[in-house]
Amino acid sequence: MSSDKVTKTVLFSASLLVLIVSAGIVFSLAKGSIPAFKEFGLKFIITNEWNPTSGKEVYGALPFIAGTLITSILALIICLPLAFSTSLFVAEYFRNTRVANILSSLVDLLSGIPSIVYGLWGFYTLRPFIIKLGLSDQGFGIFTSSLILAIMIIPYATSLSTEIIAMVPDELKEAAYSLGATRLEVIFHVIIPTASSGIIASYILALGRALGETMAVTMLIGNSNVIPSGLFATGNTMASIIANQFGEASGLKLSSLIAIGLILFAITGIVNSLGKYIIRKFS
Amino acid sequence: MTETLIKTDNPVLKVRDLSISYEAGKFAVKDINADIESKAITAIMGPSGCGKSTLLRAFNRMHELYPDIRTEGTILLDEMDIMKMSTIELRRKVGMVFQRPNPFPTMNIYENVIAGYKLNGIKLKRSERDDIVEKALTEVTLWDEVKDSLFKKGTFLSGGQQQRLCIARALAFNPEVLLLDEPTSALDPISTARIEDLLVNFKKDYTILLVTHNMSQAARISDNSMFMYLGELVEYGKTDTMFTNPKDSRTEGYLTGKFG
Amino acid sequence: MSVNNIPAFIDNIDGRNKKNKLFLGLVIALSVLTVLPIVLIVSKIIINGIGQINFNFFVQTSPDSLQAMSAIANQETIPGGIANGILGTFLIVIVSSAMAIPAGIMIGIYLYENQGRRYSNFLRSTTEILQGVPSIVLGIISYLWVVKNITNGFSAFAGSVALSIMMLPMIIRSTEETMKMIPNEIREAAFAMGTPYHKVILRILIPTGFSGLSTGILLSISRILGETAPLMMTALGSTIINYNITKPTSAVPLLIWEFYNDPNMVKLVWSSALFLMIFVLTLNILSGSLSAKRKTGRKK
Repeated sequence: MSSDKVTKTVLFSASLLVLIVSAGIVFSLAKGSIPAFKEFGLKFIITNEWNPTSGKEVYGALPFIAGTLITSILALIICLPLAFSTSLFVAEYFRNTRVANILSSLVDLLSGIPSIVYGLWGFYTLRPFIIKLGLSDQGFGIFTSSLILAIMIIPYATSLSTEIIAMVPDELKEAAYSLGATRLEVIFHVIIPTASSGIIASYILALGRALGETMAVTMLIGNSNVIPSGLFATGNTMASIIANQFGEASGLKLSSLIAIGLILFAITGIVNSLGKYIIRKFS
Repeated sequence: MTETLIKTDNPVLKVRDLSISYEAGKFAVKDINADIESKAITAIMGPSGCGKSTLLRAFNRMHELYPDIRTEGTILLDEMDIMKMSTIELRRKVGMVFQRPNPFPTMNIYENVIAGYKLNGIKLKRSERDDIVEKALTEVTLWDEVKDSLFKKGTFLSGGQQQRLCIARALAFNPEVLLLDEPTSALDPISTARIEDLLVNFKKDYTILLVTHNMSQAARISDNSMFMYLGELVEYGKTDTMFTNPKDSRTEGYLTGKFG
Repeated sequence: MSVNNIPAFIDNIDGRNKKNKLFLGLVIALSVLTVLPIVLIVSKIIINGIGQINFNFFVQTSPDSLQAMSAIANQETIPGGIANGILGTFLIVIVSSAMAIPAGIMIGIYLYENQGRRYSNFLRSTTEILQGVPSIVLGIISYLWVVKNITNGFSAFAGSVALSIMMLPMIIRSTEETMKMIPNEIREAAFAMGTPYHKVILRILIPTGFSGLSTGILLSISRILGETAPLMMTALGSTIINYNITKPTSAVPLLIWEFYNDPNMVKLVWSSALFLMIFVLTLNILSGSLSAKRKTGRKK
């Protein structure tokens, strides 16, 4: 074989690594979950109980699925006005100015802070603040964790939508101005409709990030294995329960945790694929 | 040396000592004085960079969209200083068509024509809207071609049709003045001819200012012509006279193709 | 014939102008609010963490609870440092990089050289999905693959495997993007001279794209430096400095987690966080300036 063919084969084999790892992930998660699903059936997904008492172990994923979805969606809602304003600031109002570049860099910095550091700040600064506001006794709960999560996903929601908004052609904006539109009207009637799919995709991708966040949420959500009963109630997420209990789990409990990992993997995968699909379809 | 136009009664637009600079000391347009004849076509010509687009855009204050602009002098529309008017009002009286057709891609044809009203938040009855759309599209001779696909997006239209759509959009407000910035330079000869016919037709109702780099276009359809060079209005007069007997050597140089 | 006479508009120019100005104010206010957290977080860490940093911080291993408790009682600086964490992180990151970087570059080059093929598109989509997998799930995977089957127990290697899977998609993506920016003429010239394929890659493509590749690598390293969750179930942590990748190791984020959970060690939390943050932000800034240099360099 010529050396070129060897090189080509090496590259191709390397590429298989991605497929092998991905397939391996699905396979291992599925295999590890089997005992749990065998014991509890598919009802595992909607069972609202997490009882490790030996002899009467019952495990269900519902409290954690609920916690993950609620915190992530709430985080997205909180982050939306902030990220959207920042995008408009950088891509439209103050485009190409020094201020916009500084703002952009600062927002990027947010993505560099590790999750555990966010958790620390949330625990030592945000939590007392929430307690001071009288919103909650202990400061733990859905609201606090969603808030910290919102801050964490802002850079992801901003970066893509900023790019897309900046790409709206000047001529469309000029046409609208020449018809007497104010800047606000140009933004809402021209820029946003034109950039809408990109903007939506960036928020979906930000949601995907929020779903998988572990440390910061673990430190602030209160870790009670129930479906949260209110905005300031405590709860738990899929990522947190795994982080907290995996190290010492075995047997059925371990399998249930792996099953939760599988569900988390599936939900994140679907959300991310949806976001990427929208981008691809409309660019 | 600039020249105010030959006497016309009630010129719709008057330009007095207009100078526009983008940076300190660098003038895009300098000391322009001119009266624009009402219900006529005035062509603005000149080599690249002479300031003709800047001048055109001053008439609906679109030049202000760019930062660091300084404007000196006045432009009067029907004796009112446009710098003191609200841009929203101004832009209803002075419409604009751009070089590259730019219908809004997220709106269908109907919505594009009526876009001015929607953007301004003006509520109209359905019948009023239908009337406006039909009349504007008829005026640009597009009605028969699109009346059965009014609610489709305009992307299937040819370049020439899209440009006529943009003209209809500008006409929907029934403006007094129509500004056109090289409207046919991106179009094929047949579409160009069609639009030129439209403009000649429009003279009875609208005052038309047309920036063009195509001298034969100016010669074909304009009544008056301005020649600009390096930001100054070098010569301004009746098209026939200027083309056959230019007064300034720079004008002559441009018209005979020596530069530009 | 002109269009119908539009009567005086029943509209609201003043109102619209007011709304316009208000909206701008709102955008500015919210944008400022958005950067507020970063200012607060960074300042809090610096203020709280700087006090505990001294030479020992870098060379001594973490103290135990008792030592910390007595130090606080005597109002002294807590003895010890995070050397076990620093070296552990170092070890894990090196092993991860050794696995992810060559593989990632090769796969990135494969994608670049095989644009448009169905297999490539499929591969790219799979890579994107892999990138979205939460780090905790990768921790589970590494636990199942390595802790259970390879090293029979928690180990640094298990941690590295989880983190290298995280790094891989980022390196693949940045390699492909970097390669795409290399002018095709350079590549073709090399082939036209009869250069063997592997030499084109090693001697031409990689050196030319070096800055882009480095940016991607630096970014992916900065990303995994702060990861805690996957390490909790793979590397586990350790009180001693460890160079054996088949044994449990400490790491800076793991230490932070341990300190956080121990009421006596709280002070150390901030200094460790400060250290981690400086490291991560430095890498971020470095890669940012590398890519900026690349952009301005090209413009000349």
